[in-house]
Amino acid sequence: MSNTPLTPGIVSGRLVPEAYAHNFDDLEPVLDGHEAHVAADRCYFCHDAPCITACPTSIDIPLFIRQIATGTPEAAAKTIWDQNILGGMCARVCPTEELCEEACVREAAEGKPVEIGRLQRFATDRVMDKGVHPFTRAPATGKRVAVVGAGPAGLACAHRLAMHGHDVVVMDRRAKPGGLNEYGIASYKAPHGFAQREVEWLLQIGGITVQTGVELGRDVTLDALRADYDAVFLGIGLGGVNALRAAGEDLSNVRDAVDFIEELRQQPDKSKLGIGRDVVVIGGGMTAVDAAVQSRLLGAQNVTIVYRRGQEKMSASAHEQTHAQQVGVRIICNAAPVEVIGAGGAVSAVEFAYTEDGPEGLKLLADIFTLKADQVFKAIGQTLVAPDGLSGAKLDATPLARVWTGGDCAMGGEDLTVTAVAEGRDAAEAIHANLMGAVG
Amino acid sequence: MADLTTNFIGIKSPNPFWLASAPPTDKEYNVRRAFEAGWGGVVWKTLGSEGPPVVNVNGPRYGAIWGADRRLLGLNNIELITDRPLEVNLREIKSVKRDWKDRAMIISLMVPCDEESWKDILKRIEDTEADGVELNFGCPHGMAERGMGSAVGQVPEYIEMVTRWVKQHSRMPCIVKLTPNISDIRKPAEAAKRGGADAVSLINTINSITSVNLDSFSPEPMIDGKGTHGGYCGPAVKPIALNMVAEIARSEATRGLPISGIGGVTTWRDAAEFMALGAGNVQVCTAAMTYGFKIVEEMISGLSQYMDEKGMTSTADLVGRAVPNVTDWQFLNLNYVTKARIDQDACIGCGRCFAACEDTSHQAISMSEDRVFEVMDDECVACNLCVNVCPVEDCITMVELPKGAVDERTGKKVADFANWTTHPNNPSVTAAE
Ligand SMILES: Cc1cc2nc3c(=O)[nH]c(=O)nc-3n(C[C@H](O)[C@H](O)[C@H](O)COP(=O)(O)OP(=O)(O)OC[C@H]3O[C@@H](n4cnc5c(N)ncnc54)[C@H](O)[C@@H]3O)c2cc1C
Ligand SMILES: Cc1cc2nc3c(=O)[nH]c(=O)nc-3n(C[C@H](O)[C@H](O)[C@H](O)COP(=O)(O)O)c2cc1C
Ligand code: SF4
Ligand code: SF4
Ligand code: SF4
Repeated sequence: MSNTPLTPGIVSGRLVPEAYAHNFDDLEPVLDGHEAHVAADRCYFCHDAPCITACPTSIDIPLFIRQIATGTPEAAAKTIWDQNILGGMCARVCPTEELCEEACVREAAEGKPVEIGRLQRFATDRVMDKGVHPFTRAPATGKRVAVVGAGPAGLACAHRLAMHGHDVVVMDRRAKPGGLNEYGIASYKAPHGFAQREVEWLLQIGGITVQTGVELGRDVTLDALRADYDAVFLGIGLGGVNALRAAGEDLSNVRDAVDFIEELRQQPDKSKLGIGRDVVVIGGGMTAVDAAVQSRLLGAQNVTIVYRRGQEKMSASAHEQTHAQQVGVRIICNAAPVEVIGAGGAVSAVEFAYTEDGPEGLKLLADIFTLKADQVFKAIGQTLVAPDGLSGAKLDATPLARVWTGGDCAMGGEDLTVTAVAEGRDAAEAIHANLMGAVG
Repeated sequence: MADLTTNFIGIKSPNPFWLASAPPTDKEYNVRRAFEAGWGGVVWKTLGSEGPPVVNVNGPRYGAIWGADRRLLGLNNIELITDRPLEVNLREIKSVKRDWKDRAMIISLMVPCDEESWKDILKRIEDTEADGVELNFGCPHGMAERGMGSAVGQVPEYIEMVTRWVKQHSRMPCIVKLTPNISDIRKPAEAAKRGGADAVSLINTINSITSVNLDSFSPEPMIDGKGTHGGYCGPAVKPIALNMVAEIARSEATRGLPISGIGGVTTWRDAAEFMALGAGNVQVCTAAMTYGFKIVEEMISGLSQYMDEKGMTSTADLVGRAVPNVTDWQFLNLNYVTKARIDQDACIGCGRCFAACEDTSHQAISMSEDRVFEVMDDECVACNLCVNVCPVEDCITMVELPKGAVDERTGKKVADFANWTTHPNNPSVTAAE
């Protein structure tokens, strides 16, 4: 092995091969049967349980946990999927400490909530591993629905529509379905090709055709879809990224974090991925944390997240932040980039100014510092790329007849997989009601 | 430190913790190690008559129920009495007793229900220098079918008869071990007393099927596709045992009859409860089988600490202390009025009290939009269900209404002591008028 974490520049193979396998494996492995029983026994089966309210998809958590406790994980998985067909992925990626587990009464009682996420994974994995898909389709309605975007929103919508007996065509501009489940989520949260396995499992319902490499606005128009289908669902996510608006942004080795993550997710052999020795990540959300953590896991020596506001404002959860710090990422808050400094056309450092967050907004202070950097990742938010005549920061389909929206691209989207699933599912119910109402 | 030595029907032991007649006391190897661990005495695994020993099944002989973390809550067995030759057991008993003179050594016996058999076995054990005998009238399986064990224990006349033989043919103190598989535990206890027993011990195991295998449709433990009822023991049976001990301790006919308490004793606290209800000592089986002999150390330290804290200097200070407070329902004070109180600071908002009261009790707990749970005194009958289902200890408590206060549910003032025997709704009261 020629390279080490100390090798300057962007190089691959900084670590021994075993380290890659270890670093990118399941961060939190599935509970075994006994662990699941013990964890399930901690649930109080609350009345009108607060955890259900806190789950964006309103999974009947006490019920599914009780089903695990009584030895029927199959029934538990069904309870989960009734509300959230991507319950397997959500069990892995939901920031539960800010959702169901934050609301769990045992969090209030002793700061140790019932491990809802891990129990959810236990149940869904059990059944998925057996290849069982416990849903069937209602008699065919003869209605056809186009779903644009095969991310969590689109897939949840498609499954629910297929269940109600409609025929669904899902189109996505990328080569694989799954949206950010496949291209965005941190590798160690859903390793071993889980995103594709889940899509395949979901499609077992039947009645769903997936067309990849089809882009709305390039290969097909919204008008054509509205003409050819009885309804259209748009779940196209956020395709753009915000610019840094700092001098030197165009230097080489300054890159969008989402692109880096996408490349990383698609590379089966992580030792082939180049990574800098001194990596600076600019941003404060989940994307920033994931880019930083995975930089460390690839062997970067120094990884620093710089966020312009206070730590409490970071949208990455406290749990995510702690994890980042545990793997050796340094987090600097209240500092914004003023200039990306180059040497020979490539980035060599970033200059930051400390900031003050006041009532008039963010103020740059005169206090300046510089971080050495041979690679910079920008993670300062994704934006909607509105296709085909649509516009706005978020899509609002209400003015368009027979078009529905959901997920990150839509009003009310929350940049959470589970919210995208909820919105896709609810849109499907609305479409179904609309289509069937029109029949009757 | 409190003095734990006990004198139970003249048998001295350094503490009141004996191992009950069961696998832990089946052989010299075990009993020596038990004594080394600190057990005050043992009741040797039940001996049968001379001749070919009994045989046990060669598949599983225990079944169990567990809590979620595999905590053993109840154990059931289909084991018989000792399956080792009589001479071997007698030789070992003698050898152990010779080396452990300060420990209690009791021999448990079960032989056919005729005088000769009893006379014979008593003669054979004389030479062991054991401190006493315990008559096993309790074993619910295997032996009962042969006219022994609980087949005798369920017929008070047999108990009396056999006990009398034993007292006639032996000078040893005699403990009669009772089966709980009867409807009124006082009857066999009275019979034992009439027969001259020095003490009773209880309970033996309870007829039970611990579970059914829902694939093979056989009861557990399963032997070649079949199962049979076994004897239930362990923590789950303690409440049943406590009641039976209390019944004997407070009954007119058996009051004062020494009792050795058995059934689910797992910690010093269990032991103290049995003793408070009248047991002079306790016997332990399942807890030792679950955790090994070492648990006696916790029992000794815990009981000593408790007695010190209470200012008790000998176990006699504890024995029977709760007996006067065990009474019959009709003597309970119907004017003792309490109301459930929820400590809002301790409440974690799970809503279990609400679900329990609303769905199955008296609709006396209100729930607000923001999950505040409150007791409505005008509906609360003080049943205690909310206290029992609340996951937070001491979050819901029962608060007594002082005399003269108005019970909002009935609109009546809390009055002086009065019980069912004088209550106007009691037909026998009306009849007497
Ligand atoms: C790096 C990163 C990490 C994240 N980590 C987490 C996490 O741990 N937990 C969590 O809950 N959330 C996380 N999120 C957020 C989560 O991934 C998204 O909220 C979720 O995927 C949104 O689902 P969606 O279906 O709305 O959009 P997407 O998942 O973005 O899917 C949209 C799909 O539409 C397709 N598409 C776009 N435009 C067109 C077009 N014109 N024609 C055809 N197809 C098109 C895209 O190719 C894509 O497949 C993370 C996001 C990122 C970027
Ligand atoms: C508070 C309470 C009151 C009961 N009252 C009665 C009763 O009036 N009549 C009756 O036949 N059984 C009564 N039972 C016994 C139950 O019907 C039932 O047989 C017993 O609780 C065992 O069932 P389980 O499996 O639910 O514990 C009562 C049980 C409880 C807990
Ligand atoms: S809040 Fe916690 S304890 Fe209550 S039902 Fe939900 S998971 Fe169970
Ligand atoms: S406890 Fe010992 S004797 Fe009994 S089955 Fe297990 S290993 Fe065999
Ligand atoms: S059961 Fe206890 S903790 Fe739960 S809501 Fe009622 S009082 Fe509060």
